[in-house]
Amino acid sequence: MTEPLLAVRGLRKAFGALIVTDKLDFDLAAGETLAIIGPNGAGKTTLIAQLAGDVRPDAGTIALNGRPIVHEPADVRARLGIARSFQITTVVPTFSAEDNVALAVQSRTAMQMHFWQPARADERLREPARAALERVGLSARAGVRASDLSHGEARALEIAMALACRPMVMLLDEPMAGMGHDESRAMIDLLRTIKTETTMVLIEHDMDAVAQLADRVMVLVAGRAVASGAYDDVRRDPVVRDAYLGEN
Amino acid sequence: MYLATLLVLVAIPILAAIFGQPFWVNAATRIVIYGIVAMSLDLIVGYGAMVSFGHAAFFALGGYVAGILLTNGIDSAFVTWPAAMLAAALLAAGVGALSLRTSGVYFIMITLAFGQMVYYASVGLKMFGGTDGLPVPARSTLPLIDLRDATVFYIVCTVVLVAFFVIASRLVESRFGMVVRGAAESERRMTALGFPVARYRLVAFVIAGAVAGLAGALWADFSRFVSPDMASWTRSGEFLVMVILGGIGSLAGGLYGAAVLTGFESLFSGFTEHWMLVLGIVLILIVLFAKRGIYGVLAGRRHD
Amino acid sequence: MTLALEQTLNGLQFGVMLFLLAAGLTLVFGIMGVINLAHGSMYMIGAYVAATSAEHGAPFAVAVLAGAAAAAVAGAVVEAVVVRRLYGRNHLDQVLATFGLILIANDGVSIVWGRTPLEMKIPDALAGAVPIFDISYPVYRLLLIACGVALAVALAFFVARTRLGALIRAGATHRELVGALGVNIVQLNTIVFALGALLAGVAGALLAPILSVQIGMGEQVLIMTFVAIVIGGLGSIRGAFVGALAIGLVDTLGRAYIPVLLRAVTTPDLADTLGGGLSAIAIYVLMAVVLIWKPRGLFPVSSR
Repeated sequence: MTEPLLAVRGLRKAFGALIVTDKLDFDLAAGETLAIIGPNGAGKTTLIAQLAGDVRPDAGTIALNGRPIVHEPADVRARLGIARSFQITTVVPTFSAEDNVALAVQSRTAMQMHFWQPARADERLREPARAALERVGLSARAGVRASDLSHGEARALEIAMALACRPMVMLLDEPMAGMGHDESRAMIDLLRTIKTETTMVLIEHDMDAVAQLADRVMVLVAGRAVASGAYDDVRRDPVVRDAYLGEN
Repeated sequence: MYLATLLVLVAIPILAAIFGQPFWVNAATRIVIYGIVAMSLDLIVGYGAMVSFGHAAFFALGGYVAGILLTNGIDSAFVTWPAAMLAAALLAAGVGALSLRTSGVYFIMITLAFGQMVYYASVGLKMFGGTDGLPVPARSTLPLIDLRDATVFYIVCTVVLVAFFVIASRLVESRFGMVVRGAAESERRMTALGFPVARYRLVAFVIAGAVAGLAGALWADFSRFVSPDMASWTRSGEFLVMVILGGIGSLAGGLYGAAVLTGFESLFSGFTEHWMLVLGIVLILIVLFAKRGIYGVLAGRRHD
Repeated sequence: MTLALEQTLNGLQFGVMLFLLAAGLTLVFGIMGVINLAHGSMYMIGAYVAATSAEHGAPFAVAVLAGAAAAAVAGAVVEAVVVRRLYGRNHLDQVLATFGLILIANDGVSIVWGRTPLEMKIPDALAGAVPIFDISYPVYRLLLIACGVALAVALAFFVARTRLGALIRAGATHRELVGALGVNIVQLNTIVFALGALLAGVAGALLAPILSVQIGMGEQVLIMTFVAIVIGGLGSIRGAFVGALAIGLVDTLGRAYIPVLLRAVTTPDLADTLGGGLSAIAIYVLMAVVLIWKPRGLFPVSSR
């Protein structure tokens, strides 16, 4: 049995009396795409934050390729192979799209500081950046300032940046947040081509996306995994239906 | 515009000689030295969003180290200037390592505190003059060049200014600089990409401190006097004013801001003893209405 | 032992007066998110107006009220004209604009009152000293401690029990919400600012008889006020109280005892040199230690 790429055991996080992550256990196999779904307030984003290193869990362990990372800060985890996109677009606003992705390329050598050569003229950064932008369909917008991109383009930019990091695991927090129908289709198509070459944890509300992308679905309710398995099984699970319908 | 500035800088001693006004060279030297400090501060404030309210401490430390060496007979510029830079760099490393754990207004305050520590240390250390300050017996010396000549010294200072300008311009466009600038706008993103942001910021902070220290050594040579008020918080405030007057995040703005602030004092104190009132009003108007400062006016377009 | 008691009382007196300043400053930062360097100028105006009123024959209490009122009015004007435009601006802009206000205030005062320091006499009824244990302690200083504590209690009551106080507390953590509730946020801001200025003016007026009423008096105390609220946590009145008392005690006791303690371990010369320096920086060391341990101060207010 091969070692899971990501192994989470006993993860627990509470903010005062509010328990957001309740003794969570799960594994992520290499190449797998795991979708995490659940009603609002279930603790999905907090889970991603704990995996990425923004939030320290109160208890539990996280291992990446067997290596414990739960005490490592976010930048160390990123260097170890975790890339993420944020629910609210987080890019460098005054840099161009290409500049942003070039930074992601540069991050593979984050511990080396170079002080003299202009970064924007460095083809070792720009060429892979352009390739990543091409993959997400932003080639035409490479020179546009990130703050001038449309919402959908900015979400795609985050995906390009995640790709350019060539990570072991991608953590995507609602990549389609705020997108219209056509943009969502495009994003789903894009993610479908990406998922074959990478391991992904995906938070999404769009069930269409989940159906098309997820190898496995985990349902989070009040910080607990109440169901886990293939999408079709999960959506028929009475506990899950109860959680979603009971919410209304 | 840079060319024009360079021409003006070079022209000053020539004009001074023609018009028989040697004090113009002195005034220009003072502006250039302050310009170096302001430029170094712009590096961390304008590009790195690290608003340090204690930058004068590095200026003062550099000045004192150079002054003390000169007082003890060590006058080679190859010793006094690097020693000043090294001392300032070490102080900046210590101050930075502690201060950069905080952010926002807390960072402003803790850098202010460290600046005050240097100020009070220089007041308290009577062996180095205390409040009276320390007279510096001679200028540093360079082989082949006579730094005692005001014009020669001015040119050397201008060379340092231009050299730092070139280095800083490369720095902000380098891989290192892009990280610092990216972190200024989105620390969260840079961290998520895997950059050790605190470390990059510390390096930037140390570079800025070291250069301010060099300027301090030049000041010790220039004015032949170092005193605690080189480290006062009002001095740090003046450097910040120079950065914003000149145009934050423009590098060259540091020089323009230094020129305006220094010129302001001389110009207006001729007209009225209430020049501070005028400066206060001008400062408020600039902050409220003319964010990009003089550089913005001259350049006419957004810098990137 | 007697020295300890006297110094402790002095420290408390300094601390509670500092609290009056700190409360206003932390409210302005906590509610409006504005760093206001000109707060010390309100303190100065309070002192100047009180001293002038007393000179013209006003009874002590009236003079203090006049000083407080003048400071409150000045505060309201400053808020309406300048500070209002600084909400939401970055900290550097606020620092520089309010730095400009300091320049205007200092020069303005020199225009109205000239540059000679003013004097204010302690009223005869309060001029004596009373025995406390085995020391003889000035009545006036006891009055200051009493006033400070009374005002602190009044302020705590006001903030906790009145409607306006509730709005202020809400404004500190949920600025948009308060606006959405239909409260005139513009008026609220002016009131808070004027209240802070009032307290600063009271402190200035009360301290006028025992300090030197001069231009720049605000800046000396301003730094300490900032240190106090940073230690306490920006936006927290409780933090301002703890911070101000801590500063008052550490500074006063430090100056009294550090030289003494040093003499016990080193030569008198070195002790004097280091002692002067160390006691001056004691409060900054305290702040640095607190910030390194708790980067947002002792009682951080979680922001909107």
